[in-house]
Amino acid sequence: MNVINEIVPALDIPALRSEFPVLDVRVNNKPLVYLDNAATAQKPRAVINALQQYYNGYNANIHRGIHHLAEQATTAYEATRAEVQQFLNAGLREEIIFTRGTTESINLVASSWGRQFLNKDDEIIISTMEHHSNIVPWQIICEEKGARIKVIPINDEGELDLEAFYKLLSPQTRLVAITHVSNALGTINPVREIIHAAHKAGALVLIDGAQSTPHLSIDVRDMDCDFFAFSAHKVYGPTGVGVLYGKKEILEAMPPYQGGGEMIAEVSFEKTTYNELPYKFEAGTPNIADVIAFRESLVFLKNLDSELLHTHEKQLVDYATQKISDVGGIRIIGTAASKAGVVSFLMDGTHPQDVGVLLDQQGIAVRTGHHCTQPLMDRFRIPGTIRASFAIYNTLEEIDSLAEGLHKAKKMLL
Amino acid sequence: MSELKSIAETEAEIVDDFSLLDTWEEKYEYIIDMGKKLPVLDDQYKKEENIIKGCQSTVWLTADYRDGRIYFSADSDAVIVKGLISMLIRVLSGHTPGEILNAKVDFINEIGMMQHLAQTRSNGLLSMIKQMKNYAIAYQAVSS
Ligand SMILES: Cc1ncc(COP(=O)(O)O)c(C=O)c1O
Repeated sequence: MNVINEIVPALDIPALRSEFPVLDVRVNNKPLVYLDNAATAQKPRAVINALQQYYNGYNANIHRGIHHLAEQATTAYEATRAEVQQFLNAGLREEIIFTRGTTESINLVASSWGRQFLNKDDEIIISTMEHHSNIVPWQIICEEKGARIKVIPINDEGELDLEAFYKLLSPQTRLVAITHVSNALGTINPVREIIHAAHKAGALVLIDGAQSTPHLSIDVRDMDCDFFAFSAHKVYGPTGVGVLYGKKEILEAMPPYQGGGEMIAEVSFEKTTYNELPYKFEAGTPNIADVIAFRESLVFLKNLDSELLHTHEKQLVDYATQKISDVGGIRIIGTAASKAGVVSFLMDGTHPQDVGVLLDQQGIAVRTGHHCTQPLMDRFRIPGTIRASFAIYNTLEEIDSLAEGLHKAKKMLL
Repeated sequence: MSELKSIAETEAEIVDDFSLLDTWEEKYEYIIDMGKKLPVLDDQYKKEENIIKGCQSTVWLTADYRDGRIYFSADSDAVIVKGLISMLIRVLSGHTPGEILNAKVDFINEIGMMQHLAQTRSNGLLSMIKQMKNYAIAYQAVSS
């Protein structure tokens, strides 16, 4: 239990916290302890200010107007694209497509790529631990095309069974769609091995980065994934913005996802030619304000020492695992050797929802339920879990509060 | 049979009980206690058609119609929801379809538990009240 003594050098948590206004809120007359970061992270002041500055100072539609405001807004919007490119270490700016979120990014690939390249009896491989957003879009397109879904099993620790994965790979495999980090278990999956094996089998790989982008350094070129999807709101950015990264030659071969303004080169009633990447996939007026503000969250992260952040976040997970287990009668769900951001658990003799309600009374925000991973819950034969999930601004003291809160809930419920 | 209290009287009684409880701990302990005391629903009633689907917890509800009155039994796998259900049953069970349909069920607000009626709770409590009223509509139709 000496984890706490290892003080992280030079990461000034109070200063960091002061950048996030909502952390000062009180809930049920107690200081908010926000441990639902895997659902959505809080936003730094810079992001909130950027939204206001845009609406107060240069609101205009982008890519069209020749007037001053339109140019200013377009420049800011495209600056976010450049920042995302850097964040993912993508080779080209046109490989970055803005969407509404991870869900839409995956749906874009499923309907556009799937429509063009998926045929009867083709196979798509996913895993037991996928979020519904990385299951249902594939079910829809597979149903339409007569293709099949194969599922990689996991072990009791919540780790992928790679041997089983290698056996599932076949000449029928067109795509492997896998989460980088599990939102319900915290497991970090060995995506490089998966991508390497899939490519050898001639399949493409989509990585769901919704839960890895907040906690790990991402390098899509090093990883060599073909698609990478994530949501701004989980990396301290605004809601309503997501990113799809795709390799240029693949994106170019794909048909448009939606039709409308912005995505066209020329329209006549006989024939329409499509705009170049990335605009081909950004039909209509996008979420300009939130895309612009999203840049601020990435700059905010860039200016922090990522080594220190990773050490701090790892310490949070380790310390929480320890403190939660110490409450007694606890079953941790997801005990993989390699984890990020999440501790999921059950308390003997209680329903997760009851624990969640009593924690909420104490100002502690956690998530209870199936976390949009019902097949995973079925695998563990549980209806759901209590999930504490962490961000860079969380403290060891907050985890102490969680542990106290759990003690109290246990006493009241049992 | 002793004289049955009106719905409003039972509601007032519960609100009175709660006014004696000062802290959130006392209130929730009371509800949890009610949940634990609610008679267990026989397994034969825990079937799919009696389930009121909430997102997280499961609620089962059945009703019996005797001598013009509806008697409810229910259960849940979450004890706080079960405690709230137990209060709903105490208030509504044994009344006529007409009385149940007219009941406002305000006491949940008055005892400070309205958050459990919020959509976000997804605990089926709101659907539970609706389903109790649906039973009332159905039995009213049967009896007329
Ligand atoms: C692993 C994973 N994939 C996909 C999603 C969906 O993200 P969004 O709701 O932002 O589209 C989430 C969000 O909870 C997630 O955790």
